[in-house]
Amino acid sequence: MTGSQTTDRAADLTAAAWSALDVVRDPELDEPVTDLGFVGECTVDRLGGATVRLRLPTYFCAPNFAFLMVADAYDAVTAVDGVVRADVALIDHFASDEINAGVAAEAGFSSSFDGLAEGELEELRSQFLRKAVLAGTDRVCRPLLAAGASPEDLAALTLGAAPPSGDLARLRSRRAELGLPAGDDDPLVIDPTGRAVGLEALPLHLRRARTTRVSIEANAGYCRGLLAQRYGS
Amino acid sequence: MYEKDGEKYFIVDGHVHFWDASPANQANKYGTGFIDCFYGYHANLSPPEWVWPYERFLKYDEDDMMYDLFEKGYVDKAIFQPTYLKDFYVNGFNTTEQDGAIAERHPGKFITNGSFDPRDGEAGLERLEALHQRWDLKGVKLYTAEWKGESKGWKLTDPWAYRYLEKCRELGIANIHVHKGPTIWPLNRDAFDVADIDHVATEFTDLNFIVEHVGLPRLDDFCWIGVQEPNVYGGLAVAMPFIFSRPRYFAQIIGELLYWLDEDRILFASDYAIWEPKWLVEQFVDFQIPEDLQGEYGALTTDVKRKILGLNAARLYDIEVPADARAAEAAGAPA
Repeated sequence: MTGSQTTDRAADLTAAAWSALDVVRDPELDEPVTDLGFVGECTVDRLGGATVRLRLPTYFCAPNFAFLMVADAYDAVTAVDGVVRADVALIDHFASDEINAGVAAEAGFSSSFDGLAEGELEELRSQFLRKAVLAGTDRVCRPLLAAGASPEDLAALTLGAAPPSGDLARLRSRRAELGLPAGDDDPLVIDPTGRAVGLEALPLHLRRARTTRVSIEANAGYCRGLLAQRYGS
Repeated sequence: MYEKDGEKYFIVDGHVHFWDASPANQANKYGTGFIDCFYGYHANLSPPEWVWPYERFLKYDEDDMMYDLFEKGYVDKAIFQPTYLKDFYVNGFNTTEQDGAIAERHPGKFITNGSFDPRDGEAGLERLEALHQRWDLKGVKLYTAEWKGESKGWKLTDPWAYRYLEKCRELGIANIHVHKGPTIWPLNRDAFDVADIDHVATEFTDLNFIVEHVGLPRLDDFCWIGVQEPNVYGGLAVAMPFIFSRPRYFAQIIGELLYWLDEDRILFASDYAIWEPKWLVEQFVDFQIPEDLQGEYGALTTDVKRKILGLNAARLYDIEVPADARAAEAAGAPA
């Protein structure tokens, strides 16, 4: 193998690892860690050894979400074809040691924080996916209302009949992740159990959807600013 | 008092600190991490000309604080919200005693709030009573993410928290400021969850629960509680500085709060020294919901601004407001 082939191989693997990290989201903000700037470093050497460093907006960011992101990043990078081992770590965080050791040992959250947790994190992840669905509902419905759709129209609309958009695709994918109906014939506006929200409940449902979207977007704005402050933009 | 375009605004800053985060007082890396986190908030969300040097931010003196709040900053009354953090700082970060000493040197300027920690059990109840006797408390500030040895936080629904709230009721401490922080036990749950406030607000209808930072990062959950519990209020500390850096988000946050809570339950605060009241007050009085959002949120009136900047807090703390700074609808009513 020549020197340049070696470099190409490392560069290809590194690029593949970066793309793999695109599917890792901050569960609270519902955005990829790559977009948020949370990936401080991602390199793979020619032998398939990956090094990933994650960084967060503050020293005291919630350790449960941090753990999920580090564990998800570990899973995503080790699944890349050609990566044979991965060193994935969170830096500059009060719980870095516990999180990094727990993820490296594939030990799970509860045993990484012995005595401080009483279970794993899947319910937490679902709780925030439900919020993401609600926020996504607002992103899809508000433009429709602004364009003249009536509440009756929205209550009757299916996913397949709604105008295609990035927001609609994202909403469908989040619903599918939660095990909620996401097919063409399924209603656009559903309650947390997956049933259509009727006309009567629609205005309040959409009001809450809007507040949820505002809350998540305001948080994301906060986090981006703090991260830029901490590490430079 | 702030005056603009012939209108007067009585200013109550609902959340100020006098802290000591100097290296000598930092007990460990967590103390360093905590103040660095605050400085990140400060530096990121202040207009550039309002950013302090790091050294000054660690520990500022009394004269600076008096000047920033009352001479430069238009504040008529400031409410001290203590934050003990005894596991992070040798003498605590910002205790009732430190605040109270300043308040006594400047009569009429401050309201000194106390604090309690339900994990202190029976002894803590006695301390709360003593604190009340010494400082005539009208409010307490609670920080549910405070570390205490092995414990990394507590909830308002903990059995001992009920005992403390009953004690507040008995002593006439009516204003319960709650700051939800990020490291509460158990760690596998959402640390910022505000559901415990819902429970105690239903249980203690004669107490006012002022949720600091309007529940951020859980604005949505907070609004939902606020619409159901008339004794729940929102403190704007941490949300205010968005007015400069992200005005559209600020407009939406205020719009959501006005929709779910109404204009009588939102309280201005700077969180000094994280931000200074002068620029916040000036920008808020000048602020308007952007036109394209007014269809959804309406517009801010002068009276709404007056209420948020001071009148709402004045009502909770029985602060007398000069007649010419009252809201128009209340101006004719007896004080």
